Amino acid sequence: MIKNSGKLLLALASVAVVAGCASTKLDKPAEVEKKDVTSTTTSQTTPSTGNSTVATTDQSSNMAPPITLDRVIYFDFDSYAVKDEFRPIVEAHANLLKSNPNAKEVAEGHTDERGGSEYNLALGQKRAEAVVQQMKVLGVGDSQLEAVSYGKERPAVDGHDEAAWAKNRRVELRSK
Amino acid sequence: MWPRRQALRALGASLALPALTPAYAQFRVEISGVGATQIPIVLGRFRDEDRQPQSISAIVRADLERSGVFKIVDGPAPADENGLPDYNALRASGADAVVSGSASRLADGRIDVRFRLWDVVKGADQGGQSEPTLPADLRLSAHHISDQIYQKLTGERGIFSTRIAYVTKAPGKFTLRVTDADGENIQAALIDNQPIISPAWSPDGSELAYVTFHDKKAKVAIRNVHAGTTREVAAFKGSNSAPAFSPDGRTLAVTLSRDGGSHVYLMDRNGGNVRRITDSTGIDTEAKFSPDGAYIYFVSDRGGGPQIYKQPVGGGGATRVTFNGAYNISPALSPDGKLLAYINRGNGFKVMVMDLGTGDVRSVSDTNDDESPSFAPNSRYIIYATKADGRDVLMTTTTDGKFKSKLLESGLDIREPVWGPYGR
Repeated sequence: MIKNSGKLLLALASVAVVAGCASTKLDKPAEVEKKDVTSTTTSQTTPSTGNSTVATTDQSSNMAPPITLDRVIYFDFDSYAVKDEFRPIVEAHANLLKSNPNAKEVAEGHTDERGGSEYNLALGQKRAEAVVQQMKVLGVGDSQLEAVSYGKERPAVDGHDEAAWAKNRRVELRSK
Repeated sequence: MWPRRQALRALGASLALPALTPAYAQFRVEISGVGATQIPIVLGRFRDEDRQPQSISAIVRADLERSGVFKIVDGPAPADENGLPDYNALRASGADAVVSGSASRLADGRIDVRFRLWDVVKGADQGGQSEPTLPADLRLSAHHISDQIYQKLTGERGIFSTRIAYVTKAPGKFTLRVTDADGENIQAALIDNQPIISPAWSPDGSELAYVTFHDKKAKVAIRNVHAGTTREVAAFKGSNSAPAFSPDGRTLAVTLSRDGGSHVYLMDRNGGNVRRITDSTGIDTEAKFSPDGAYIYFVSDRGGGPQIYKQPVGGGGATRVTFNGAYNISPALSPDGKLLAYINRGNGFKVMVMDLGTGDVRSVSDTNDDESPSFAPNSRYIIYATKADGRDVLMTTTTDGKFKSKLLESGLDIREPVWGPYGR
């Protein structure tokens, strides 16, 4: 079971990387493309540069959904409220899941580096559950969703200032 | 078979050898402050220790210095445990006690580590010990000597032969490590490319519960540190975290989100018989048992920000314990049940100690990035992770905050120290 799903994830990851490059909407596509290659081949050892998007630098990008929806929702300090600007992301994923009843997603909560590991784990869980709750309200089945948390253990970007912290307070939606 | 320990027989006077001038250069003990009471003690070199792989007296000396309870003074020590102290000269040196010993190789390859302690004030032999030991276990034998000196002179158990678990983080590599209480003899208990957090010792010191992210979510597993085996005990939907053993070792407290929100549950040590025990609409996590096993102390944001609460394990409402400041997390109970250590966020993150009898609170650290306080089994010391001069360190402090020792320092992230029980 575990081995099979690992293979499946790897397969999904390659699809996601290709799709991610092709659909990146930035002014300098060539540069972005180069970063994608770097981050996917050496993501375990290379700290992220801070100016790439979370999607291309996250250490666990092999969980990306095969369809390239935006999948990162950012939060204000000490907040669990999903801001209006991120509603379209939640709705898009809800629609995807509703039209694919066998598909499953994980909402993965993260915090910035400040504070204790366990309390931050609970805060990240609260953020993830807030996103899951919205998707359930939009009609997604409970069995298609799981809220989990990494707390402060897996920052999207390194750095010890508000710019870095703001990028790390997030929920990432991943296919399961 | 040789007995592991063997009391020293009454020993006659031996030839008095000239006292050697100690030359200890192996250890750099970084300490700050002055202990409330310091016993001046002369520590001689151990006869024949230079022929062994470890210098016994240097290890004992570093232990005693790091404790804050002793002040090593120069003075004439007997040549070994059979010698006779020159009490008058020792008193002139200002010493209250003197230790000497030997480390002789036995025919079977082991080393007979012996020591004797004398009370200089009373002019009395305080006894000693002979411990035949494998060369690889010499450090442990030295820590046993430190434990006995500490116990005989303070009346309390020493913690020098205990161990401390902690986690290091390098890029893509997380290691659960176990070290002797002096920061030496570091061993890796578990290495993973995913985060490891929240190690917790079983009361008998044979197991470490921890949180693993190996399967892309937080699960609670238990590592047997002797056998090197792992068993998963909590892998429910959502996050599984914050394990703590009950004092009898039969029950685990964990934080689960399987029913929505983060709440404290109890389970048998193998993961069965799961039942929720905290009830709030907010976060409840980081549960620790009181030493009598009757209460859990835990963190909850039910009142707004995170504060520490206590609640009877057998049922009953929670009462708030911390009131100073808007953010108090990571409770740790002293094994004697008298003190609560925790982290307060004010201008920084600092270790605080509350006297549970009076409710008095004091800050015990001089740093601002403290996390994860944990008491030594004799309740006299607290270890915590922090940053000093930009580097990650593990510090120990006396519970009054007056005496500190830097146990470990690294360019890696060093996190979440947890002091193990007596014995191993």
